[in-house]
Amino acid sequence: MDQFLQLIVAGLATGAIYALAAIGFTLVWQTSQTINFAQGEFVMLPAILVLTAAHLGLPMGLAFIVGSAAFVLLFGFGFKRFLVEPMQRHGVLPLAIATMALSVLIKEAAKNGFSAEAQPFPSLVPEGSVSVLGAAVSVRDIAIFVVAIAAILGLQAFITHTRTGRTMQATAQNPTVARILGVPVERMILLTFLINAALALIASYLISPVYLAKFSNGETIGLAAFIAAIVGGFNQIRGALAGGFLIGLIDNLAAAYVSSAYRTAVPLVVLVVVILVKPEGLLGRKEERTV
Amino acid sequence: MLFKTMAAAVALTATMTVSALAGTVKLIDVIELSGPGAPAGTNWKNGSDLAVAEINAKGGILGQQIELIHYDSQTNPGATRAAVQRAVDEDAYVVLGPIFSGPISASMQITQRAAVPQIVGGEAAAFTRQGNNYIFRTSLNQADSMPKLANYLRDEVKAKSVAVVWINNDFGKGGRDSMIPELQKRGIQVAADIATESGQADFAADAIKVKNANADAVFVYLNEEESARFLRAARQQGITKPIIGETTLLGAKVIELAGEAANGVKGHVGLLVDAPKPSLVEFGKKYAAKYGFTSDHNGIKGYTAVYTVKAISERIGKFDREAFAKALHGARIDVAQEPGILIDTKWTATGDVDRESFLIEIVNGKPVVKATLPMINP
Repeated sequence: MDQFLQLIVAGLATGAIYALAAIGFTLVWQTSQTINFAQGEFVMLPAILVLTAAHLGLPMGLAFIVGSAAFVLLFGFGFKRFLVEPMQRHGVLPLAIATMALSVLIKEAAKNGFSAEAQPFPSLVPEGSVSVLGAAVSVRDIAIFVVAIAAILGLQAFITHTRTGRTMQATAQNPTVARILGVPVERMILLTFLINAALALIASYLISPVYLAKFSNGETIGLAAFIAAIVGGFNQIRGALAGGFLIGLIDNLAAAYVSSAYRTAVPLVVLVVVILVKPEGLLGRKEERTV
Repeated sequence: MLFKTMAAAVALTATMTVSALAGTVKLIDVIELSGPGAPAGTNWKNGSDLAVAEINAKGGILGQQIELIHYDSQTNPGATRAAVQRAVDEDAYVVLGPIFSGPISASMQITQRAAVPQIVGGEAAAFTRQGNNYIFRTSLNQADSMPKLANYLRDEVKAKSVAVVWINNDFGKGGRDSMIPELQKRGIQVAADIATESGQADFAADAIKVKNANADAVFVYLNEEESARFLRAARQQGITKPIIGETTLLGAKVIELAGEAANGVKGHVGLLVDAPKPSLVEFGKKYAAKYGFTSDHNGIKGYTAVYTVKAISERIGKFDREAFAKALHGARIDVAQEPGILIDTKWTATGDVDRESFLIEIVNGKPVVKATLPMINP
């Protein structure tokens, strides 16, 4: 029982990271109807930028600020302005392929420009363990879960309870009508990309002390988050959230009770089952399009 | 017909006498510069570069300057095979590397067929048991290390049960298959037998399993990055039992990556710059001064691999691959004869090495040598 409880907590912590990245998939999908295949690299990169700033001689606190600002500028504003906007007019597929190219570019740039080796990354949350229902549970797991949930709840509150958030929703649901009603659609889309960058930033700072900062981290996280977004429902934030936690839990339970060798296969099996049974995802909304 | 045979013989002789006429002797290093093996490969590369610079500054080998070329194996068997084939095609006198046992096993037939000596950094038991006369180690065979570790677990740790965590590649599986029988022979129960994956990032579930196995000690046999991630996860999950391992658990890179989580880890290492051997300490200082960080055992292996080429080539007095391979089988190179070898080393008839080794503990982020273990067959 102790082991099961510990695995659940560890799974929720992993799932929280997947959820943050999966919500990024959802946000980009809602605003540009495409899949950002560089989402995993978006989670990998902020930690690398912070370490690069630190290696250039900045104190760690300042390195966090500079790395964060550089990331949001490049991969919030820059991603939309210089990749999504020019490619979107050519259709969804070219844009999706462009994000694949971006993924390779980021990974190779991190490898060649920084290091091919893993690097330690300072933890922003405490270590150690506490007793929960008699089982020793990692404080860091709890902290990751709490921070990620706080970020997601904050996003949800912003979207549903503020005028800007509701305008963003309107833009996502029907940009043409929103534009007719006077909504600054371009600004709302930019805001969405900035939020995506901020969520990736949080995920990066939470997970890099555990995974260690390395150019290849995005592969694991990107795939898991992609599966989570599809399983939960690609067009709903709550779906991405649920999918993230579900995949995180399955990942950890599979590693413990099936085998580490098959831990990545089990979520894929779940994905296949969901696609067969409920193609729109567990909490997704059915979309119909005119052909 | 006679002409063709003579022409072939001339061509063969030209190949075997290598590029001495050009004024250089070519060594090609096929090494892990990216992928999970990058920490190990980077250390090896630096060590070999350092040795080449020193040897060339003193006039080279038999009057020839060494030309050392590095090819990235990407820690990938396919890429390693391609790089080793390229090294053979480019007329390497000796191929150095790789370190990871899987890529070694996948590529060593190429050098064997071409009769090119290959000096590798791998520890898996299997590849020196296949009758290949051209493969040579720079580190102890894991089959020789495991009895020493099993004795340590029984006699020093007093463990009655051990949880075994290993990486599911040739290196890890070889270590696991060597260790478990040694534990059982000594009456030590295997409380958990946990396989993990190469490149695995999340070790929380494995650490939780280890913790709940409630063994007296944990034996960890993973590659460097995975070792660091496991140690961090073990600390996070509150594992307090002794964590014991081999060289890849106690290396400088693991200590750097794991931080405080490495403190208290104990085990057996074949080579380290903090060993009570002046030549190893001196090497450690030179390496740190040049590269700005502490060499792990792979840096020492890369360095000694080049000095092995120098010592044996000078011993045979020519650049002849077949004579080199014959001379290295059963050879012993002492520091007194060749200071660059750093520690007295013997090669067996199968290409394994025999040398002293060390029991160490990580204290305040530094490896502290607790005991020096003798050669198996001095």
